[in-house]
Amino acid sequence: MSYSRKDLLGMIDLSKEEILHLLDTAENFREINHRDVKKSPYSQRKNSCETFSFENSTRTRTSFEIAGKRLSADTVNFSASASSTAKGETLIDTVHNIEAMSTDIFVVRHAYSGAVKFIAENTKASVVNAGDGLNEHPTQSLLDMLTIKQHKGRLEGLNVAIIGDITHSRVARSNIWAMPKVGINLRLFGPKTMLPRCTDPFGAKICSNMEEAVEGADVIMTLRIQRERQGKLLLPSVKEYARYFGLNAARLKLSNNAIVMHPGPINRGVEISSEIADCGQSVILPQVESGVAVRMAVLYTLGTGQRGIEQ
Amino acid sequence: MKTLLTNCKIINHDKTLTKNILIEDGIIKSLTDDTPSTDKTYDLKGKMVLPGLIDMHVHFRDPGLEYKEDIISGSYAAAAGGVTAVCPMANTKPVNDNAFITKYMVDKGKELGICDILPVGAVTKGMHGEELTEMGDMFSAGACAFSDDGKPVLGSDVMRRALEYVSGFGGMILSHSEDKQLAGEGVIHEGEVSAITGLRGIPSETEEIMIARDILLAKLTGGHVHICHISTRYGVELVRWGKSKGLNVTCEVTPHHFSLTDKELLSYDTNCKMNPPLRSADDVKAMKEGLMDGTIDCIATDHAPHSRDEKFQEFDLAPFGITGLQTLVPLTLNLVREGIINENDFSRLCSYAPARLLRLKGRGVIEEGALADIAVIDPDREYVFDSKLNKSKSTNTPYMNKTLKGLCVLTFKNGKEVYKADI
Repeated sequence: MSYSRKDLLGMIDLSKEEILHLLDTAENFREINHRDVKKSPYSQRKNSCETFSFENSTRTRTSFEIAGKRLSADTVNFSASASSTAKGETLIDTVHNIEAMSTDIFVVRHAYSGAVKFIAENTKASVVNAGDGLNEHPTQSLLDMLTIKQHKGRLEGLNVAIIGDITHSRVARSNIWAMPKVGINLRLFGPKTMLPRCTDPFGAKICSNMEEAVEGADVIMTLRIQRERQGKLLLPSVKEYARYFGLNAARLKLSNNAIVMHPGPINRGVEISSEIADCGQSVILPQVESGVAVRMAVLYTLGTGQRGIEQ
Repeated sequence: MKTLLTNCKIINHDKTLTKNILIEDGIIKSLTDDTPSTDKTYDLKGKMVLPGLIDMHVHFRDPGLEYKEDIISGSYAAAAGGVTAVCPMANTKPVNDNAFITKYMVDKGKELGICDILPVGAVTKGMHGEELTEMGDMFSAGACAFSDDGKPVLGSDVMRRALEYVSGFGGMILSHSEDKQLAGEGVIHEGEVSAITGLRGIPSETEEIMIARDILLAKLTGGHVHICHISTRYGVELVRWGKSKGLNVTCEVTPHHFSLTDKELLSYDTNCKMNPPLRSADDVKAMKEGLMDGTIDCIATDHAPHSRDEKFQEFDLAPFGITGLQTLVPLTLNLVREGIINENDFSRLCSYAPARLLRLKGRGVIEEGALADIAVIDPDREYVFDSKLNKSKSTNTPYMNKTLKGLCVLTFKNGKEVYKADI
């Protein structure tokens, strides 16, 4: 089992073996995060790591930064608003400038779909997609699967429901490509305004109401409603959203004792009721914890080439 | 000056004949079996000889955006594509919304003398969609039709008056039919590929809604609406319906819309980003059906040059459009090879029909008395379309460095050799 790509751009490209390899590596790193001294004894060969943000990003960037530091990598942040892109420099010129300072790994968040792939094609450095537009957020998908494995003991054969704005969610897209590869049965639900007109490529079951979506589910993942971005056309009100698309106690009872996930930040009382967000079935904070382990695994794997952790 | 083209397989819209073509003073003097002595003789055995191709839809970016293309480089690209007359759209800088700019374009083309420049004047001042331009004056200065191409004429009232007004001069409106609100922030066709890539979609209905409106405005006014770059199945259906009702509607298709599908966008290639976008395989099939049954009147390239820097950026930020003048011949010949159209249809779709739509005299047919505008094509020639062959200032086409089949090897404008392939 190995991962020999230069970059991690999207789950759509990865094989089952590559996904399981990254998850296994992450499990090893998770253990380190529980030690008093949270430093990996395994360091990367390439250890200069740059996180780029061409879109607001705090928690993902922080998670990558912590992961990098625990691997003793030199991490530097670069955000577009404070940089020359605002002065008219092209994206690739910016990338080449940072590359000239001998950066080994770029972690990039960008507002436009495909932009991270575009960067990867134009740099020798390894590139990790930390979210590109509506397209993909592969480390989120990996941390979701790591969390599921941790709480359910397996991935194969589980029923996972993803609920919310599927069209505009890179978290949904990454999971849609990744989860079926490891044997997860996926179902999707959301308002019709938030589902693509053509869902055939997803190969997932599209549900027609919340009850159908959660019934018998082992995992329920609700997505963040981005009120600031989605305007009034996709959604008449958050109150109505909560009524028809929100996860509450009554609906959770229909599930197969499901764990409840959310990529954060959550809107309490909208996509998920407060009671559920704080209940024992909620694994929202363990997801955040898995995030650091997954990002350590990704940085380590890209920084060392194909090697797994030498035990 | 006399020139003789011998052993010509002359492909007109209605028939194919083998003759020698005698050219005298820029005019086709006769089609003959004789070989009179002339100043110059070309043996064209084994080639296809077509009337000079007429491209009703190009962007030459001149005046104002000459770093992308200008009338000179655009004319050379046209000649290299077998095209001897083009209609450059009005979205120059400033907009071609007055006779002064129209005349500038016509004169610059004449001075070079390798391709007729037949400008398309703007429908509305500044292409703002509000006030009508002085179409009469532009007509007199050499404009051939009117369009706000690049943008739709959004107001139905404005489109109505434009159609009424221009019909008084015997002109037509070339409609870039697009419901901008429905298109939203879309950058590729809305379908499977937009769902996969996370690139925002432009639904087919964006185009179809406006085509329906424009056809109905042709019904209201009796004016001639020509739908630009049709790309969807229902768009073609609507035009077919309009024609069946006897309404004054015609349309064109670009080579890329009958050759490529949105699958190309799985790679996020900005050289496959254009508006209207590449559509589904079923839409491509509908384009071919429309060409077969005559619903689609002609082929036009929508040659839209952009600089490398403009295309070398994030997909959403890259401008729409690809170049097309030099890929018109090989892509249209693909249709002939597939049996979708025959060689005479090629001649009709790329020369005769646009000449008739634009009311151009002495063009679109190789016959005695016609202008000696002639394209000579080697249909079987395979080659790599590279930067050496490319004559445009820009290289934004998905066919760059690809192998193509069918090459324009010689082009005559007014009897003068204006292009000879040197590969």
